[in-house]
Amino acid sequence: MKKGEVQLLDEQKRRHDGRAPNETRPISMKVGVLDRADGSALVEFGKTKVLAAVYGPREVHPRHLALPDRALLRVSYRMATFSTWERKRPTPSRREIELSMVIASALEPALFLEKYPKCAIDVFCLVIEADGGTRTTAINAASLALADAGIPMRGLVVAIAVGRVGDTIIVDLDEVEDNYAESDMPIAMLFPQEEITLLQMDGTMSPHLFEQALETARQVLRNVYSLQVKALKERALKARTKVVL
Amino acid sequence: MAEEERKIIPSIIKENILELLKEEKRIDGRKLFEFRKLRIIPGPIEKAEGSALVLLGNTKVLVGVKMSLGKPFPDTPNEGVLVVNAEFQPVASPYWELGPNEYAIELARVVDRAIRSSGMVALDELVIHPGELCWVINVDIYPIDDNGNLIDTALIGAVAALLTTRVPEIDFSSGKPQLKREEGKPLPIRDIPISCTFAKIGEQMVLDPNKQEECLMSARLTIAVNSANEICTIQKMKGGGFTIDDIIRAKDITIQKAKDLRREIQKQVAEKARGEEIWKEIREVLTS
Repeated sequence: MKKGEVQLLDEQKRRHDGRAPNETRPISMKVGVLDRADGSALVEFGKTKVLAAVYGPREVHPRHLALPDRALLRVSYRMATFSTWERKRPTPSRREIELSMVIASALEPALFLEKYPKCAIDVFCLVIEADGGTRTTAINAASLALADAGIPMRGLVVAIAVGRVGDTIIVDLDEVEDNYAESDMPIAMLFPQEEITLLQMDGTMSPHLFEQALETARQVLRNVYSLQVKALKERALKARTKVVL
Repeated sequence: MAEEERKIIPSIIKENILELLKEEKRIDGRKLFEFRKLRIIPGPIEKAEGSALVLLGNTKVLVGVKMSLGKPFPDTPNEGVLVVNAEFQPVASPYWELGPNEYAIELARVVDRAIRSSGMVALDELVIHPGELCWVINVDIYPIDDNGNLIDTALIGAVAALLTTRVPEIDFSSGKPQLKREEGKPLPIRDIPISCTFAKIGEQMVLDPNKQEECLMSARLTIAVNSANEICTIQKMKGGGFTIDDIIRAKDITIQKAKDLRREIQKQVAEKARGEEIWKEIREVLTS
């Protein structure tokens, strides 16, 4: 089967899993899930589940990588071998290496790297289960883990994928839609500034639909942003209760 | 480099641990030969044929089993293939780096030997055409929070994941064998190996060392037994030594602990929740 040959929308514009075009999958965000990491988060978009851990600002190893005027931001995006139907080889693929880079660029505008010369901030994202939208889920998890690590930020980085089925814009594509929709466009935005920090696309989209897709993404991302804020508040409240007791 | 090699631990905690051990007490309140609390959440990974999240105290390990078709090894044409692998992703510890890690290889090999020598998986039932086609079982271990004693936690995780594993049906109708993962029968299991890891600290020996204890240990000993109480794996590590009396004592304690621990694993694996309920449990466990 090729792109566009699988029916992804029915006559009532319901998607194959019953969602409306602009509806996300059930989203869960939990902050502070790991003990050893400085900051951590588990973020789920439906069956896509990503664990992120953050360390830093800390000394750079090996030392020669340290930058004299700002912190080094290192991001790794890796998929667990059992996160896909076919076992993924543990050696990093070209895809994982590229995504690690684009995720780093998506997070960087949120950080004050110039305040921590010669240090490193390390972000590790582990995809536990992959069902479409793993890079955007990883960005949401990384943003929360950075905040949980107590690293000062200009804002939170919020991400979602939008795509096109015919003339309809759909939001938060799962694996089936990822494979068969006519286009797939992951977007990350820094909030509350609403500045785009990641934008990629494959497939095709008309200029008019592209504008519509950006606007749809902005609306959905405002919602996801409030979920991130809520998850961080939940974590802070829990920490406070522990201290009081 | 692993953290225990760096031995960074505040001297006040070090002295505290050593003082307590003289009175046969431990810093976390446990007895010398007591495991931390065990929690197993079976089956969280839908795309894996078997999986488990295991928490031993605050040490957390995620294990997934993938079943695929392959060719038997030339020297064992009548057996399926079992491959145990561990990935040390730095999510679990500030001292781990990306890339190959010798401790990950050691961990995977110890777990592999315990499973293989105990005869846990009936590999002879996993051949489809002798010498040509068989099942390949990939057990992948991902520690996600290293608070000490990864070996026992990983073996419990691997055992629990294998107990949840289903062997897919094979559809030969189109010529090339296709896996029907939604159908399938349980993996044939013959035994359950149980390991106990001991740390030697000063003159004392403790079971299931936590991270602080690992930083102080001079030597480490892992013993695994099968359900007939035969010893099926031993691993001694690090620069210090054990006396013969230490080792015999460790063997006796392992046998004494194994029965209850084996029953506990079976019990927790049997209490499998379904679908969304599993993840509700995981969110709760990880944030409590």
